[in-house]
Amino acid sequence: MKTGTDRVKRGMAEMQKGGVIMDVVNAEQAKIAEEAGAVAVMALERVPSDIRAAGGVARMADPRITEEVMNAVSIPVMAKARIGHIVEARVLEAMGVDYIDESEVLTPADEEYHLNKNAFTVPFVCGCRDLGEAARRIAEGASMLRTKGEPGTGNIVEAVRHMRKVNAQVRKVVGMNEDELMTEAKLLGAPYELLLEIKRLGRLPVVNFAAGGVATPADAALMMQLGADGVFVGSGIFKSDNPARFAKAIVEATTHYQDYKLIAEISKNLGVAMKGIEISNLAPGDRMQDRGW
Amino acid sequence: MVKIGVFALQGAVREHVRAVEECGAEAVVIKLKDQLSEVDGLILPGGESTTMRRLIDKYDFMSELKEFAAAGKPMFGTCAGLILLAKRLVGYDAPHIGVMDVTVERNSFGRQRESFEADLDIAGVAENFAAVFIRGPHIVQAGENVEVLAKYDGRIVAAREGQFLGCSFHPELTDDHRMTAYFINMVKESLVK
Repeated sequence: MKTGTDRVKRGMAEMQKGGVIMDVVNAEQAKIAEEAGAVAVMALERVPSDIRAAGGVARMADPRITEEVMNAVSIPVMAKARIGHIVEARVLEAMGVDYIDESEVLTPADEEYHLNKNAFTVPFVCGCRDLGEAARRIAEGASMLRTKGEPGTGNIVEAVRHMRKVNAQVRKVVGMNEDELMTEAKLLGAPYELLLEIKRLGRLPVVNFAAGGVATPADAALMMQLGADGVFVGSGIFKSDNPARFAKAIVEATTHYQDYKLIAEISKNLGVAMKGIEISNLAPGDRMQDRGW
Repeated sequence: MVKIGVFALQGAVREHVRAVEECGAEAVVIKLKDQLSEVDGLILPGGESTTMRRLIDKYDFMSELKEFAAAGKPMFGTCAGLILLAKRLVGYDAPHIGVMDVTVERNSFGRQRESFEADLDIAGVAENFAAVFIRGPHIVQAGENVEVLAKYDGRIVAAREGQFLGCSFHPELTDDHRMTAYFINMVKESLVK
C-alpha cells in the first residue's frame, strides 16, 4: 500500500475535471458552494479582492477557518500556503487539507525557491503564465496547474492570455522534432525530460484549470472553450449580488460550455457581478501574477 | 462494435474514453439525456458525486438513468459512479440512481493524504491489479444477489450484481484495462440475450 504517489496525487486533480472550485471564507459559504455543485472549496481568510483592498502581508488562513470549512462539507477542501513557506504547507498537510495551493495571492515567503512539492504526501496546485513556469512547477512536484490570471480583479483578460500562451507552447513542443527540444527547454527554462513527456502525451501530464479573474458564467465557459480542464472562482462568487445563483450558474456554464442558449438562460437576471479592475490601472507592485519564479 | 457511453457531466471522462477505445469498443461522451438511447452500456466515472447529482437534477437526467437501468442495460460505476448506483448511502436518507443492492459509505478511507494505491485480486477479472483509491468509498453491506469481486483490508471494494458493476477505485487512471474489458464483455453478453 502506497500513499502520496504521483498517480494518487495527480489522479485527485483528474477527478475534479469539468468542475468549479470556489473560494470560501467560512462554513456558511462552503455549504452554499457545495450545494451549488462545486467540486471542491478553497478555504481562505479573505478572498483575493479583499486581500488587495486590505494590503499588508497576506498569509496562510487561521487554521480555525480551514478546520471549520473541512467540518462543514464532504467535498475536498483546498487551502493556500505562501510560495516557498515550508511550514505553512506542512501545517496544512498535518491538518488533513486535501490539496494545497502554493499561491501568488499570498505574499511570497521565498523570492528564489518554490516548495519541493515532491517531498509531500498531500498534492499541490500551482499557478503558471507560460509553459516554462508550468514545467518548473511540475518538476518540483505540482500535481495540478492553474493559470495565474490576475486574482481579485474580476477581469478575465490575464487568464485568457496565460491559457492561450501555455496551450500554444504545448502545441509547439508536440509539433517539434525531438532534436529541437533541448534548445526549446533552454529557451523556456523547462526540464528537457518533461518536454519529451509532453511531446509523447500530446498534452501536459497534469490538469490545467483556469483561475484569476473569472466573474461570470460566460467567463467560465470561455476558459473551458480555450482548453481549461476546469475553473477556479475566487472573488467572483461571494463578491457578486447573489452568491448562490452565481455559483450554480457558473457550475452549469462550466459543464455545458458550448451550449450558448443555456448560458443565455442561466445568465438572465443574475444581478450584478463583482465590480472588477482594469489591469492597466494596477500599480506594478499590485500585480500578483508577477510573484513566483 | 458495441457502444459504451461515458457519463460526462463532470470527472474523469477522458480516461474512461481512452480505456474503452483501447479495448476496441466505441466510446460516446454523454452530456445530454437524449444521448442515452444511443449506447448499449454506461460508465459512470469518478469525480464528485454531489456535483454530478446537482447536474443530473438540473437537466432532468434521473428518470432517463433509471429507465436505462430498468431496460437491463449494463452500468459500471467507479468511485463517485458507485455512489450514484448504490441503493443505500451511509448518512443519507435517499440514494441517487439507487439501482444496485449495496450500501455505500463515502470517503470511507479518509481524506486525500490517506488516498493510496494497492495491488488487488479481483475475482474473475484480474490478479495483481494496480488499484488507485482517491478519497474512495467502500461497500459496507452487499445484498444477497451481489457477487463480491474484491476486498481490501476487509472492506468490499468491487462487486457485481447482474447488469451492475461497481468499484471503489479508479481503473481508468492506469494502463491496465482488464476491468473495462470485463465490463465491455458484460455489455456484449447483454446484447446476445
